[in-house]
Amino acid sequence: MKPRRSRDVARLHTIAYIAVSLFAVFAVFPFVMLLINSFASEHAIINYGYSFWPRELSLSAYSMIFQSPQKMMRTYGLTIFITTAGTLLSLFFSTMAAYVLSRKELRYRNAMSFFLYFTQLFNGGLVPYYILISKNLHLQNSLLVLILTPMFSVLNILILRNFVANSIPASLFESAKIDGANEITLFIRIAIPLSTPAIASIGLLTALGYWNDWWTPMMFIQRESMYPLQFTLYQLLSSINFAAAMVNSLPVINMPKESLKLAMTVVATGPIILVYPFVQRYFVKGITLGAVKG
Amino acid sequence: MPLRKGPVLHEFRKNSLLYLMFIPVAAYFIVFAYVPMAGIVVAFKEFNYRGGMFGSPWNGFTNFRYFFLSGKAWLVTKNTFLYNVVFLGCYTFFSITLAIFIFEVESRWFKKVSQTMLFLPYFVSWVVVNAFVYNLFNYEYGLVNTIIKTLGGHAFDIYRNPATWHFLLPVFYTWKWVGFGSVLYLAALSGMDHECHEAAIIDGASITQRIRRITLPLLRPTIIILILLGVGRIMRGDFDMFYQLIGNNGRLIDATDIIDTLVFRSLVGMQDFGMASATGLYQSVLCFAIIMIVNSFIRRYEKDYALF
Repeated sequence: MKPRRSRDVARLHTIAYIAVSLFAVFAVFPFVMLLINSFASEHAIINYGYSFWPRELSLSAYSMIFQSPQKMMRTYGLTIFITTAGTLLSLFFSTMAAYVLSRKELRYRNAMSFFLYFTQLFNGGLVPYYILISKNLHLQNSLLVLILTPMFSVLNILILRNFVANSIPASLFESAKIDGANEITLFIRIAIPLSTPAIASIGLLTALGYWNDWWTPMMFIQRESMYPLQFTLYQLLSSINFAAAMVNSLPVINMPKESLKLAMTVVATGPIILVYPFVQRYFVKGITLGAVKG
Repeated sequence: MPLRKGPVLHEFRKNSLLYLMFIPVAAYFIVFAYVPMAGIVVAFKEFNYRGGMFGSPWNGFTNFRYFFLSGKAWLVTKNTFLYNVVFLGCYTFFSITLAIFIFEVESRWFKKVSQTMLFLPYFVSWVVVNAFVYNLFNYEYGLVNTIIKTLGGHAFDIYRNPATWHFLLPVFYTWKWVGFGSVLYLAALSGMDHECHEAAIIDGASITQRIRRITLPLLRPTIIILILLGVGRIMRGDFDMFYQLIGNNGRLIDATDIIDTLVFRSLVGMQDFGMASATGLYQSVLCFAIIMIVNSFIRRYEKDYALF
């Protein structure tokens, strides 16, 4: 009995190792290619195309980006500000709402959950939203629209609610309440510290949402000085002439257009990926889906 | 103390602070979700800026007539639906397979490294993915074409071949989301106790039996939840993906136009508020109807998993 059993286990493990490795390499491959080719010289790209290993190495694309760093730094500064401020605000209020929804003594908590959940089932679509933001609220060309648009996600709030409800014993809140703590103290002193895995995971998702948001600026920002990083990258990729505006005051003729696109992509992607290792250990624990129903 | 107090009022007074703490999020969703919901009336109006959402004159079903007579309605509906079905199928299948494989292998190091690698695509925007596509498939310089040319073949232009996108889009979709999907499924497995598996091994169960009888049933709730969420969005396209990867490429439009890109083009490109809002409302109603139907089925057969 025994040999047969371990053989089929071994076979499945071999398949598993190979399949997962293949997928992992497949996932990372474009990143590696991007990084390598961003160091290729313009000449090598034009003549030989992108390759596994560039024939001529060059830093000219990167030096061009950072030659006149004011614009680049302003774009970075804006994006980092929006991402940080937006994520902190979003996390605070999302967790607060999640905490409220998790409290069983609240009679209308199911109705309140459904109030949020319904927006997932039905929505007004793009046009009323666009009219509301631009015509009624006059939020065009404001920092506020960049922070408000990606702010809350119903799914994230419900995941947080499930975490608070399932991993913090209700008795903890009750005994603290008997000791005279009010709800805000309970929320800040007990719910937040004990929900770290979920908050960290949801925080990463929210931060990614802000960092990668190019849709909001495309719809609502016309002023070039207010373009965040991803939208700047989009402009650069879709029309290379923008590169001239990007790295102002440089001659356009000798611009390493092809390698510049790649170097810009690296520069726009790098920072957010560096956040991941700090959050990773919370991830699997924090994002258990549970029933995300209203 | 007043003697008679309504039970509703009593509830609010007793837990006033808790209800107050919910107000920021509630206010946000009222303004940014419920007001636009009321704004669907625009679909029945001839929109002008002066009148706005509620003051513009009514024009009945004219906007819808335009939409259905444009010849686009069936095309975008079909594309949105079919792409999403393929996406959901690939996403579910590969996420589950990878989660089970990662769960089964013993090396902790391998688990960690592979998960990190798989998760990487989740981090980048579709803008960056478009840069990848350019890097790999660009007609003049792309890596794939460089290789084809060194092997003596002819370069292949994906932007002139609509049919390749039926295959490429699911590949990119899977590439981007499957790492995240497998984390969701792994999270569902992480709570599982190994005793169950050990007992099964002692009883002589093969590994395939163990996966079929223990692991998959454990994943069932997550599978059902994620599929239901996916089905609920089956008429909502991934606008970011389609817009970034294809943009306004006229040659590919029949193969890749979805409801969301059509709405966007009508609104931003042509400033046609009527057509855009009629198309949007058509999509919302379709989505809502599908969710209601699916949910009523689930309620009948698997009550625990019903969405509401």
